[in-house]
Amino acid sequence: MTVESGAATTAVSAIDQPAPDLPDQAGEFVQLLTPEGERIDHPDYPLDLSADDIRSMYRDLVLVRAIDTVAISLQRQGELGIWASLLGQEAAQIGSGRALSPDDMVFPTYREHGVAWCRGIDPVKLLELYRGVSHGGWAPEEHKFHLYTIVIGAQTLHATGYAMGIQRDGTDEAVIAYFGDGATSQGDVNEAFVFASVFNAPMVFFCQNNQWAISEPLEKQSRIPLYQRARGFGFPGLRVDGNDVLACYAVTQKALQAAREGQGPTLIEAFTYRMGAHTTTDDPTRYRLASELEMWKLRDPIERVRAYLVRGGLAEPEFFAEVDAEAKREGARVREACRNMPDPPPLALFDNVYAEPTAILREEREQYAAYLDSFEGGDR
Amino acid sequence: MTKLTLSRGLNEGLRKALDNDPKVLIMGEDVGKLGGVFRVTDGLQKDFGEARVIDTPLAESGIVGTAIGLALRGYRPVCEIQFDGFVFPAVDQIVSQLAKMRYRSLGKVSLPVVIRIPCGGGIGAVEHHSESPEVLFAHTAGLRVVACSDAADAFTMIQQSVDSDDPVIFFEPKRRYWDKAEVDTAAGVAGTLPFDRARVTLEGDDVTLLCYGPLVRTGLEAAAAAREDGRSVEVVDLRSLSPLDMDTITASVRKTGRCVVAHEAPVFAGLGAEIAARVTERCFYHLEAPVLRVGGFATPYPPSRLEEHYLPDLDRILDAVDRTFGY
Repeated sequence: MTVESGAATTAVSAIDQPAPDLPDQAGEFVQLLTPEGERIDHPDYPLDLSADDIRSMYRDLVLVRAIDTVAISLQRQGELGIWASLLGQEAAQIGSGRALSPDDMVFPTYREHGVAWCRGIDPVKLLELYRGVSHGGWAPEEHKFHLYTIVIGAQTLHATGYAMGIQRDGTDEAVIAYFGDGATSQGDVNEAFVFASVFNAPMVFFCQNNQWAISEPLEKQSRIPLYQRARGFGFPGLRVDGNDVLACYAVTQKALQAAREGQGPTLIEAFTYRMGAHTTTDDPTRYRLASELEMWKLRDPIERVRAYLVRGGLAEPEFFAEVDAEAKREGARVREACRNMPDPPPLALFDNVYAEPTAILREEREQYAAYLDSFEGGDR
Repeated sequence: MTKLTLSRGLNEGLRKALDNDPKVLIMGEDVGKLGGVFRVTDGLQKDFGEARVIDTPLAESGIVGTAIGLALRGYRPVCEIQFDGFVFPAVDQIVSQLAKMRYRSLGKVSLPVVIRIPCGGGIGAVEHHSESPEVLFAHTAGLRVVACSDAADAFTMIQQSVDSDDPVIFFEPKRRYWDKAEVDTAAGVAGTLPFDRARVTLEGDDVTLLCYGPLVRTGLEAAAAAREDGRSVEVVDLRSLSPLDMDTITASVRKTGRCVVAHEAPVFAGLGAEIAARVTERCFYHLEAPVLRVGGFATPYPPSRLEEHYLPDLDRILDAVDRTFGY
């Protein structure tokens, strides 16, 4: 076969040609509370929460946002090395976090401050990591909340293995693995989908699609809505309004219950928005428009709950004032605790490498201790 | 005592571990019905069931990552990576997660996971089936790295590895899987040499030959040949590559005054480099010659028709032994 030069052809894979089917990101999702604070019903997710429950959710949302705000300012003041803000994702985290039963196990990323709050982790413990005094350090089993995992997606496999352990123990527990939209491109997340699917592991994959993986928009990760990925792996996937705390609560509770009942994994895509920077070192003005943020502010996860409570006469002004005051107190406590957090002693860097220190570690520790002691007024 | 192949020694050791502790699991590709491509797990799924001997999807990161989750749940998984060259997809889980979890958690989390890896060349295989990646793991704090060299050690060391509360990378010399040795399968591991200790396999006076895994047999053969030339070679099987048993190494080199390190992995930045530096620091005034290294070249593993040139054999080891007498 010969090809005549200059023959008329159509470029079949030009580099600047967009993918033929851009993701349909404006599709349907489960919503129980509109951005305007209107309560709507969904046939698959009946939800009967008391006014107390919803006020309590509101309190959680406000407190975690307040702590987040304090953490950002602590970073600006040099008290933290970095902070990964959850701003905008409070409903996804509080809704799903509150749906967990005490025995369910959580595998978080490094941004799950709201879920940590639901699991009773002192926010000061989270700050340890970002201040650089530890890599984590809370007791995962005590809170049923694993350590923050920084490598993207790696924890989804840990979650799956843990769920496989639950199957072997024959207990009535479930696991939830958190990850973001960027993580769905990772091999580990896809392997976790495979393992969870073929072993029918009792777990929920909770993807907070906050639209941005640092500077990369969702269309760099996927040509289809993320929740539809589940179908190819053989388990259900659904999309929920990630800024609707009630909907996040309802869908997570149902998926966890299905897992506990032996129906295997579910993928939940919580459609939300990272209202802040990726971390305090990031500058979103370089890659996204301010108008996008303005649009998402209208869908704020906290304002709609406040509107609902006010409109329904479910909370008095005193309630909101008290929550605001509590947020202020908690913020002050966290700020103070962070500032007073001491550095670990230098020789602590040799601890906890192995169950028992090896000869080489002991030798290095001794040599470094002697080196430190050789300085006048050496303090270790 | 029974005469067993190294593969069978591992099998019997794993069987004991499964018997002794219901939390022990085996997981990997083809480890169940097939019994593993080297038959190391032969019959274990039949006897212990599919919940404990798990045929996994074909995904190495998935195997190690889910093993970590199972360990967090209280299990003691033993993962099989089918061949050395297939471990790399799992390196993030091994290096960034498995090795670091105790440190990350300030000692609150232990991950007693064993990762078995058939290693080394000499079987005429295609690419990625003959590599020696041990130094990558020895360089990673938080991991224990061991290599067995015969059936008896295979039997005890795999059990000691399962008992360890630290993660263990367990290297198996695949070209020695069918070598036989006497194994006392009725005996427990109590009283046997701990898995983090080296063993003086053959005593000698003139030069210390440090080796491990597949090269222990080669080293013993070299020592026998050297004896005919009137040279007495002390062969030390390192067994533990991280941590290193420097006390045993140092005692031997101080006695002989000469040291050769042999491994299949490339010499450049290999384990021999670390050993040479440490031996020099500790035995400087006892040394008659620099520590010499014999190993793979600074090339990728070659096609199998060339592997006899790449792998250190008896003659290349003897050549290094001879050279230590030239200073």
